[in-house]
Amino acid sequence: MDDLLAEFLAETSESLAALDLALVRLEQTPGDKPTLALVFRLVHTIKGTCGFLGLPRLERLAHTAESVLVRVRDNEITATPALVSAVLHALDGIRSILAGLAAAGAEPAGDDAALIAELEQGAYAASTPPPASTTQATATHERPAAEPAADTASAGQTIRVEVGVLENLMTMVGELVLTRNQLLQLARGQKNPGVETEPFTAPLQRLSQITADLQEGVMKTRMQPIGQAWNKLPRLVRDLSHDLGKPILLELRGAETELDRQVLELIKDPITHMVRNCADHGLESLAARRAAGKPDAGTISLDAYHESGHIVIEIADDGAGLRLGRIRAQALAQGLTTHSALSAMDDASIMRFILQPGFSTADRVTSVSGRGVGMDVVRTNVERIGGIIEVASTAGRGSRFTLKIPLTLAIVAALIVETAGERFAMPQIGVIELVSVGNAHVERIDNAMVLRLRGRLVPLIRLHDVLALDPPVLRSGEPVAPDPIIPDPIIPDRIIPDPIIVVARIAAAMVGIVVDRVFDTEEIVVKPLAPILRGLSVFGGNTILGDGSVIMILDPGGVARAAGLHGRDIETRAAVAREIATSASLLPMLLVKAGGSLMVVPLSLVARLEQVPREKLERAGDRMVTQYRGRLMPLAPISGALDPARANQSVLVFSDTDRATGRDRAAGLVVDEIVDVIEDELRVQLASSRPGTLGTAIVAGLAVEVIDTGHWLTSVFPDWFLATNTAARPTPRLLVVEDSAFFRQMLVPVLAAEGYEVTAAADAAQAFALRDAGKLFDAIVSDIEMPGLSGLEFARAVRAGTTWRDTPMIALSGRITPNDVAAGREAGFIDYVEKFNRDTLTASLRRCLSSEQPPASAERPASGENPAMRPRGISAEALAA
Amino acid sequence: MSAVATITLVTLSVGGQLCGIPVGDVRDVLSARSINRIPLASPVIAGNLNLRGRIVTAIDVRRRLDLPPAAPGAAAMSVVTEHEGNLYALLVDSVREVVTLAASGVEAAPPTLHAAWARYGAGVFQTPDGLLVTLDVSRLLDLAH
Repeated sequence: MDDLLAEFLAETSESLAALDLALVRLEQTPGDKPTLALVFRLVHTIKGTCGFLGLPRLERLAHTAESVLVRVRDNEITATPALVSAVLHALDGIRSILAGLAAAGAEPAGDDAALIAELEQGAYAASTPPPASTTQATATHERPAAEPAADTASAGQTIRVEVGVLENLMTMVGELVLTRNQLLQLARGQKNPGVETEPFTAPLQRLSQITADLQEGVMKTRMQPIGQAWNKLPRLVRDLSHDLGKPILLELRGAETELDRQVLELIKDPITHMVRNCADHGLESLAARRAAGKPDAGTISLDAYHESGHIVIEIADDGAGLRLGRIRAQALAQGLTTHSALSAMDDASIMRFILQPGFSTADRVTSVSGRGVGMDVVRTNVERIGGIIEVASTAGRGSRFTLKIPLTLAIVAALIVETAGERFAMPQIGVIELVSVGNAHVERIDNAMVLRLRGRLVPLIRLHDVLALDPPVLRSGEPVAPDPIIPDPIIPDRIIPDPIIVVARIAAAMVGIVVDRVFDTEEIVVKPLAPILRGLSVFGGNTILGDGSVIMILDPGGVARAAGLHGRDIETRAAVAREIATSASLLPMLLVKAGGSLMVVPLSLVARLEQVPREKLERAGDRMVTQYRGRLMPLAPISGALDPARANQSVLVFSDTDRATGRDRAAGLVVDEIVDVIEDELRVQLASSRPGTLGTAIVAGLAVEVIDTGHWLTSVFPDWFLATNTAARPTPRLLVVEDSAFFRQMLVPVLAAEGYEVTAAADAAQAFALRDAGKLFDAIVSDIEMPGLSGLEFARAVRAGTTWRDTPMIALSGRITPNDVAAGREAGFIDYVEKFNRDTLTASLRRCLSSEQPPASAERPASGENPAMRPRGISAEALAA
Repeated sequence: MSAVATITLVTLSVGGQLCGIPVGDVRDVLSARSINRIPLASPVIAGNLNLRGRIVTAIDVRRRLDLPPAAPGAAAMSVVTEHEGNLYALLVDSVREVVTLAASGVEAAPPTLHAAWARYGAGVFQTPDGLLVTLDVSRLLDLAH
């Protein structure tokens, strides 16, 4: 193809794009002279060039369009929507001829009679009715934020440059940046006495500055206004408006915001798709809008602006908003989630389902959208270039999609991290924050490590695992400073000074990537991977650091996928974790303030709450007491001292039966303030080193300390938990199977205090390990909801085995319904006790073992008789209760 | 017959075997330098190295040929070759010299040759120093093979 033709093709396609915009504008303001003049001039130029180049088909079409426009210009006819449609169709015809021309180098054969007839008919129709008020219900309006750009002013000031030339220039600048970085690194390294670096300092600084300026300048040449990606939208929306019968206003703001042309190309289609979605799904029908008291015309708005090295593009509509109920139903129908996971999700998480593959809530497949391919593709494309997409919606008010995209892909800010002695770069865009493992709430849910971060659960990925690197250990002989070195709670057998969790955003979900160290941020030049390495999806590229070493650039999404977490999984897992966290064991707790910190204690342990007037507090020896129900009650202030300013002291009263005397006794724990009773899961996340607290938990989103009641009660009654009547009967042995460390911690001392020898197991597997080791117990207390084998399965397995077959089992559960009890009995439990109901449990154990005297291990019932089927006196009443 | 077709090779030693690649394919000869390893990559890929600001993927030719790894601390060199616009460094035990051989001297691989050599060898020459195998670089770099 000759240069002239190539030039013509490039210029004409630009003119056509400008024409689309101008025609839509003309339709809205049919009398607008400058627009009309622009349209006329553009069509005229196309026609003229076609004639010059000898392209008869194009010339004829352009000529017909021009003659129609002449009549509009001369006020003979008005630019009605039908007429504008006809001209737009003619332009589409010109486009398809141009495409053929570009491919074959010659005008393709074809007949444009229909288009020409449409134009002539449009002109005729427009001339018959007098030009009256023209805006129809289906007219599209574009309100340009800026004045139509001065089309004529800058013509002589620009030149066309091959994109390849710019790309090449950019590569060279990348190399220059690297070389500059290396020089700077060298200069820093040379700063020792005896080496004269003085003469280099100034030129180096200048070089550095010039490089930065050059980089910026070259970047600028690649920058294009985002309006380039938008210029097809007015036409698109106009057509959609006609097709869907919905009047639509399109508002474009920030079209002059610039971004790298490579990025621009990549987001063009996603944006178009989202606008299409807004028109089709987002905006209601005309009738629905009227019923809702909204203006007839729906609005779709696009806003673009720069924000900290990124471009933010917001695409919003004022339609009905996302229908959460529908999304829920659809997500369930498509098996993307479960009922229980859904119920634990917040609205934002539910909205994100629309970004998942294959998801569509459109009632029907329209020509516009609803085929279920779309938003997930948008999301994939956006994420591929390191962008993020967010969804927000208000019922009845509309939806808003926010894209945050890097300005350029060539040079990015990255965090340099190290794991297992290797360094990697992690693009900073996705990084939300860095958390030191030492200060983090790391816990295990369902065999996965998660970080609890301000109430959100973030799945953790150990980078060295994903990359199959050896976990580093300190080199032998290397002195280990005890102070800054903490054992890694994630990998106990490994000691790292203080691992860091890089919390990164992948889609709306977050993952925590655990690395050994984080260095600073560097501007890195992204170099594509060699083809031989393309299969490694955890890496997005490689780069050269200032010290000359080559490092890999991590793709957080790829890392998550390699760790077995897919976008959807991360979100679902987080939801499941939330669900586990909320439904597992809701426990009523007393939230108190003591010594300036928030503390909780399970409500069931507390007998009463009292306010004791200050003057009623007395000292007896070194102990504080008060008169309580006719007796002296010892008090223990949690904060160590009483607040003298308070008129009343809040006291948590614990009561117990003194085994020596058989009389009730009470002890009080003095707190500053009783804040609230809350219901939440109680899971100790950090063990405490301070006596008096068991550790730290997150309850209702607050970090609270869990009061170690045992510590305080034994401080006032040293024998509070000690069994006193141990004289005659041998200590019954109990096995407690309970997955929650907290419950184990609570149960073991409580039961020990009742005079049992208690062994604890975290799950069925541990329990069976004890069985296999030949341990025998007089009774087993087991949790029902456990990971691995559930309590019911555990009981069945115990009953099916031999050694423990006849050992009575008591179920502990957070929930007790007649069905649960029946299932428990069927599985082989003889009693079913509510968790944390200490009295019921001890009573149940007493009854259960009294019918078992002497201890089961000494004498077994004859085999063949299943004791589970034979209620032992207690079971019937206990189960009926 | 004055113009005899010749082939000029850079000769290398890998695991005691003499081999060569066409001199035109060689962009650089490097002494041992630091290589940054690439997790999860095929063991054949030794890592990346920085050659004057360009990233070069280093290929462990011994591993590629299923030969035992070199003794620790043994001297190593590499030849840099360009393949489809990307640079690759072939790690070998040593780079020896440039020889010109008559193209007609090419022979079929003897059956005694290690199978890997036969797989990645383009041809075999008899030289005063012994059997010389010419390596087919594109086959070496095609990890799917």
